Amino acid sequence: MLEIAIGRKSFADRGGRPHVALAGLDLNAAPGEFVCIVGPSGCGKTTLLNVVGGLDGDVEGRVSLAGAPLGDGTGFMFQEPRLMPWLTVLENVTLVAGPSAAAQQRARELLVAMGLGEVMDAFPGHLSGGMQRRVALARAFVIEPKLLLMDEPFVSLDVPTADRLRAMLVELWQRCRCTVLFVTHDLHEALALADRVCFLSAAPGRVVLEVPVTLPRPRLPADPAVQALHAALLAQHPQLLAGLAQPAHDEFAIDDGGRR
Amino acid sequence: MKIADQGAMLPLPESRKNASSKAWMPSGDGWLRVASLLAFVALWQVAAAWLASPALPAPAAVFGRVIDETRSLALPFHLAITLGRVAVSFVLAMAIGTLIGIAMGRWKRLDLLLDGWLVLGLNIPALVTIILCYVWFGLNDTAAIVAVAVNKIPTVIVTVREGARAVDRRLMQVAHAYRLPRGRTLTQVYLPQLYPYLMAAARTGLSLIWKIVLVVELLGRSNGIGFQLNLFFQFFDIAGILAYTLVFAGIVLIVEAAGLRPLERRLTRWRG
Repeated sequence: MLEIAIGRKSFADRGGRPHVALAGLDLNAAPGEFVCIVGPSGCGKTTLLNVVGGLDGDVEGRVSLAGAPLGDGTGFMFQEPRLMPWLTVLENVTLVAGPSAAAQQRARELLVAMGLGEVMDAFPGHLSGGMQRRVALARAFVIEPKLLLMDEPFVSLDVPTADRLRAMLVELWQRCRCTVLFVTHDLHEALALADRVCFLSAAPGRVVLEVPVTLPRPRLPADPAVQALHAALLAQHPQLLAGLAQPAHDEFAIDDGGRR
Repeated sequence: MKIADQGAMLPLPESRKNASSKAWMPSGDGWLRVASLLAFVALWQVAAAWLASPALPAPAAVFGRVIDETRSLALPFHLAITLGRVAVSFVLAMAIGTLIGIAMGRWKRLDLLLDGWLVLGLNIPALVTIILCYVWFGLNDTAAIVAVAVNKIPTVIVTVREGARAVDRRLMQVAHAYRLPRGRTLTQVYLPQLYPYLMAAARTGLSLIWKIVLVVELLGRSNGIGFQLNLFFQFFDIAGILAYTLVFAGIVLIVEAAGLRPLERRLTRWRG
């Protein structure tokens, strides 16, 4: 069980005044659950992932996985591929997998399975944007993560490339059964991927609505069922993507006020 | 009138470029290098013949002198000693300068604290540090090497500090997020970002150290190329001075071509 309880996360903005990015954010995820986090821009989605991933320790709150603080076995995929340009594709993957022969073998097999066998010895600068994301995806899965954090990893790709990468992600996730926290601003993408979608409010971010998604996989963002769910959600909560959920007569909404 | 002139002028550079690129096409870059070297020797020969003065011996006399000095083992002996001093002070200056440069690029407080010293170090004349080192540590090799290193360290610091400031935080976050061990983070993620700066520091470092080592030897050592040059100067032996200079320049070229350039190509092959 992944348990996130952030009382308050603030940082100084450009003028030096404290800016509260997250406040009273509680979020749990079952082992192997795929959770998407959707919220308006600037609501602290990236900050949340950085806190969970241990990149930002200056926070009032607690993050634990199976009762223990997060350690090895956390994968992270960023908005940009963030590959080391001076390492080959294979070296980029083994960088996080470790130097052991078993890790090398695992990295090779994963790259071949992901259709990157041909470019294993190429430098990332020679690859297309879509290929670079695929390498970053391989890097995230080669460590066989218990928790995978993804920060809008497929943003600014063309639709077929993004769809292929999402299908690949779901396949890899189903095989390793890791918990995934996937941040996006695209509700279609969230509904196509997630077991459960959590909606954040505008800053300071907190969870205003949780929606389970039970549509059968594989799904695409353009599938009629996904589109229908998207339309139904927005009909119920017209301001949802701006971070507002009206909890009155609403079957999906959770009572947030009592939980703090 | 003016506009017409400009119109007529514009196509000219293009056609000229084409003509020249065709004319030079058969000759490679290597041929140009050799030609430039030969032209230098020819010019030297002409100047020496025209002056006919002991102040500028002809190339043949200087090359003969190189052979004589090599046979007598005087040249290899002094050259080896000088190269040893260059190597030790180079390694020392690079190591210390890199460590301090990284630290100053990383910690703003330390940077503020040491910046004044750095400006002082950059601007203190080489001669002053050399004299002070000999006075404080005695006329020995330690003093000589310390003097050279102290002259070089500030420029290494400035270059490496620039690199440490430019380190990509986003790539460091990758190392952090995957909880990479420190050693692997340093060698695979951090240092590769500094390589261009370290190469620049090594380049300018070597060229500075070559020059300062000779001055240090001239002022306080009884061997090495600097000492020999001083001796030749006393005897107005210009052929000797030029012979040693020539060999020394040759070594510098070899170190650049066989050491630094291949190393740089290896470190930046991912850009190709």
